[in-house]
Amino acid sequence: MPIVVQRPRLTIAEKCYFPAIMKGLRITLGHAIRILLRKKKVTMQYPEAKWDDHLPEHYRGAPALVTDEHDRERCVSCQLCEFICPPRAITIIPEEIPAGDEWQKVEKRPKIFDIDMIRCIYCGMCEEVCPEQAIFLRKDYAITGVSREEMVHDKKKLYEIGGRREGLVNKWNELK
Amino acid sequence: MNCSLASIEFSAVLIHVIKIVVLVFVVILPMVAYSVWAERKVSAIIQDRVGPNRVGIPFTKISLAGLGQPIADGVKFLLKEDLTPGHVNKLYFWLAPALTMVPAILTCAVLPFGSELFGEKMVVADLNVGPLFIFAIASLSVYGIVLAGWSSNSKYPFLGGIRSSSQMISYEISLGLSLVPVLLIFGELNLSTIVEEQSKNGWLLLPLWGEGAVWNGGWDRFFLFFPACIAFIVFTTSIFAETNRLPFDLPECETELVAGYHTEYSSMKFALFFLGEYAAMIIGSGLIVTLFLGGWSLPFGWDAGLMKMAGNPEQVPWWLGLMHIATFLGKVIAFIIFFIWVRWTLPRFRYDQLMKLGWIVFFELALLNIFITAGILILTRP
Amino acid sequence: MVASKDSGENLVSVQVDDHWISVPRGTRMIEACKQAAAEVPHYCYHPKLTSPGNCRMCLVEMGMPPRPSPGEEPELDADGHAKINWMPRPVIACANTVVDGMGIRTQSLLAKECRQGVMEFLLINHPLDCPICDQAGECTLQEYSVEHGNGQSRFLESKVKKPKNVEIGPRIRLDDERCVLCSRCVRFSKEVVDDDVFGFVDRGSHSVLTVHPDRKLENNYSLNTVDICPVGALTSNDFRFKMRVWFMRETKSLCTGCARGCNTVVGSREGKIYRQSPRENNDVNSAWMCDTGRMEYHQLENPARLTEPMIKRGKKHRTVDWPEAICRAARDLTKFKGEQLAIIASGRMTNEELYLTRTLAESLQPGVVDIVKREGEGDDYLSHCDKNPNVNGARKVLKIRSPGSKLKSIRKRIVEDKIKALLVIGEDLIDCGFTEGELSSLQCLVSSHIIANPTAKMSHVVLPGAGYAEKRGSMINATGRLQRLNKAIDPPGQSREDWEILHELNRAVDGCDGVTELADVFTQMASTLSIFKGLSLSRIGDLGVDVMDTGETVPLLEREARRVSEGLIVG
Repeated sequence: MPIVVQRPRLTIAEKCYFPAIMKGLRITLGHAIRILLRKKKVTMQYPEAKWDDHLPEHYRGAPALVTDEHDRERCVSCQLCEFICPPRAITIIPEEIPAGDEWQKVEKRPKIFDIDMIRCIYCGMCEEVCPEQAIFLRKDYAITGVSREEMVHDKKKLYEIGGRREGLVNKWNELK
Repeated sequence: MNCSLASIEFSAVLIHVIKIVVLVFVVILPMVAYSVWAERKVSAIIQDRVGPNRVGIPFTKISLAGLGQPIADGVKFLLKEDLTPGHVNKLYFWLAPALTMVPAILTCAVLPFGSELFGEKMVVADLNVGPLFIFAIASLSVYGIVLAGWSSNSKYPFLGGIRSSSQMISYEISLGLSLVPVLLIFGELNLSTIVEEQSKNGWLLLPLWGEGAVWNGGWDRFFLFFPACIAFIVFTTSIFAETNRLPFDLPECETELVAGYHTEYSSMKFALFFLGEYAAMIIGSGLIVTLFLGGWSLPFGWDAGLMKMAGNPEQVPWWLGLMHIATFLGKVIAFIIFFIWVRWTLPRFRYDQLMKLGWIVFFELALLNIFITAGILILTRP
Repeated sequence: MVASKDSGENLVSVQVDDHWISVPRGTRMIEACKQAAAEVPHYCYHPKLTSPGNCRMCLVEMGMPPRPSPGEEPELDADGHAKINWMPRPVIACANTVVDGMGIRTQSLLAKECRQGVMEFLLINHPLDCPICDQAGECTLQEYSVEHGNGQSRFLESKVKKPKNVEIGPRIRLDDERCVLCSRCVRFSKEVVDDDVFGFVDRGSHSVLTVHPDRKLENNYSLNTVDICPVGALTSNDFRFKMRVWFMRETKSLCTGCARGCNTVVGSREGKIYRQSPRENNDVNSAWMCDTGRMEYHQLENPARLTEPMIKRGKKHRTVDWPEAICRAARDLTKFKGEQLAIIASGRMTNEELYLTRTLAESLQPGVVDIVKREGEGDDYLSHCDKNPNVNGARKVLKIRSPGSKLKSIRKRIVEDKIKALLVIGEDLIDCGFTEGELSSLQCLVSSHIIANPTAKMSHVVLPGAGYAEKRGSMINATGRLQRLNKAIDPPGQSREDWEILHELNRAVDGCDGVTELADVFTQMASTLSIFKGLSLSRIGDLGVDVMDTGETVPLLEREARRVSEGLIVG
């Protein structure tokens, strides 16, 4: 059923626009004066001043891979993050951990782990889905590069950003 | 007519060339560039932001409140890829930006931007038909927009061009008619003379000294104040419409037409449209100032007082000449800021509202105003 | 009994979850439930294998009508069936057969609690290494754990350690911690391929699957154990850690390794094939295929794949675009007529490609048309000794009586300089006994293949074709069954499906032919050849249709039929 919206009846003063225009000009002038007199400060001068110290605990920055307390790479390349990633930013090629490696019993690790930061939307799905607690969203947000290739974080870069993370799951330690 | 090359005085030509060069390249073009900066800065403070504040002197940390921004913008526009789409009509596509910019700059020829400096009148062409010249030239600028819209061979520019032409033609009528009472009041078509008259006998909207003041017997000006106000409002609003500024920027309204007539333009050609708009705004402000607010003259008859102080009643001293130029520029700048202020305050009109306002309100009002003015003149200046 | 009077001689009435259905006498309870759309979870049961009933996952509640005492009328329920007395203890649905009037409850509290209990026991020692397990995504332990299991474990003790990552054969890895001891692999090896290498050793929680100490699981059907393993205990070395199953697109296709034409599913992702596994077709390959056939797809990953059409100029090939290559090939071939020209096609081509070769031959009028014979070793199960997948198609479509019989005479006539031009499709002639000298004496050699082989190096025009998983088409297998090949991935680079190449050649030689897509070729073929009468490419279906009687049988299927008739397996 169509809804008929009645046009409001305007008084003559309203019809000639002037009071409304004056009111609008007064409001904008008020804002301008407040800013000019520095009574109100809303903008932060970004590269010099940063909000980093105030970033909330749940802030989602660049995703990164972490190692555990034995410097073992936590990622076993189950590819769940690749699957869940909405913009398909993650590319993983798994490989078998060769015989003789310290962590041979883990059997599997990523050979290639790329996150295309041009595609990444910082949604944190990868962190949420990871069964090994291997990928975390860090607080880094200023991800820049001068080429598309540079914007793809490879495994080395991801571990560089992520660093070591202790505690959490202990699936592959002595108990197991 | 005995007109040979020898008869033209070389020094007069040189002086005119200097005036043109100084006016266009030292005054108007930098003003255009910096009115863009002002636009961004004013919009920022109105919206509780900071605005451009980074670009200053290159390779130093001196930012000068972002005053380097217009230069950086200009350099950027020059260096951007100049794209001419394959489907456009090349000749008119290239001609259109020039046709927008040139009339805007041409009109400043007749604007008196100062009284006298070293005995030379501070106007490029002291025509006796100043306002008519301005209308003649300014109405050409619609061609630039129409050609841009048509030659782009694309629907948004086309619609923008159509809107622009009908809007500019509509408002030219009320623009012209609203000026008639002013010319009636001064009885003069020479802009320099009009300003001198205002300098002596009070501005059109501020008749408080000389023969214009009531206590000096200026009853005619007292009664004419009301029609002058109407003329001012209609004229100013029409200038808004003529320059395609908000709240009348329908030819390029981005919510409906992407970018209107200049959708297909890039690089310096786009910049010319952009600058043309600001140039037209500056000239429009200059015209309003000249006609209604006394042009280069100082208020309250101070001109006469200062002239007396200088001693020589025939020759305007150089410092007063400079002061007059500064006054004119100051008034124009104030008006430009008013233009910007309005833009960041008012929402855009709907197109039918715009046409209704132009044809039904302003046209009649301006017409009526002529008769009112004429009637008052008959009664007060028998 | 009232109900059985209405039903046929061999049907019995069974109540499954309060609904009465009729099933043939002797049906297993699990199959009866399946027909009633009440699928019972199971690990050890497999219709092609015997049922030992050792996983206990298929426990259901069962009931029978009470036996009336003499003179007593059975008590009837509202439907007119005898009232069922439910048994207090559950029974396994996989090894028991139904009887008339039986009641089965798959969703009762008892059945649900049984399943939950079995799931909990199975997971006690399970390593839960799903992140690295290849089975994840198609693992019944995962699926049933979600459907029937508990959300968490009550088990506090240490898990039992078992051998992991054991090489039990050249193609298979065993992880005993993941094993649920269903014995499917044991039974498959023993019953289907007569290679009894598997067995369980130790007892209780420490019971493990292992191979006989002196033997390996290396028969040519070993990878079928990976398919039937319901968990990730047996994994394929070839597929191991290559791709997660949920990423793969599955295309129903055929194996072209031999004339058997086993039905397959090709798993691919983003233009790369990761595995090929058997698809059940009880008229062709049951549910199995040989390991050799599974590895067929690796030929498509050959680094020497041809990706662009080429023309030989002087001694070097240079890449050209398709129109130029086709135009050149057609111009060169039409220069020679009759005895000067020969066409060598391939038994690996689809019927459609063979048909287009036939129309090409009709306009070029070559002296000889033949295909290459490809004999190999067959076995007593599925593998066929004829390694050409579509010889029957070549016989019918291209009218080849005795494949490969004319190759010798072609060689002879090349040496005699009677044959000056040769069109080779899908074959490497050097591999078939031709010498480089013979080929270089040809004035025109046009070849189409997927790999840059010696013949391609000698060719004047090289047309890159598509591998078997990169194209569509139909083939007739050794038993005369017409089956459909489907396209799993795109051919690499500029290479094209072979039918398109032949179609373009046809057009360049003979003008328009009224074909815009592959189905049109089949339609034309069906109107020309009687064996395809009434068929279209889509009507072949996923399982194929019998179009010829070749008199051949499949040994494996015959043995399976015998076991079904003996009641050992469901089939």
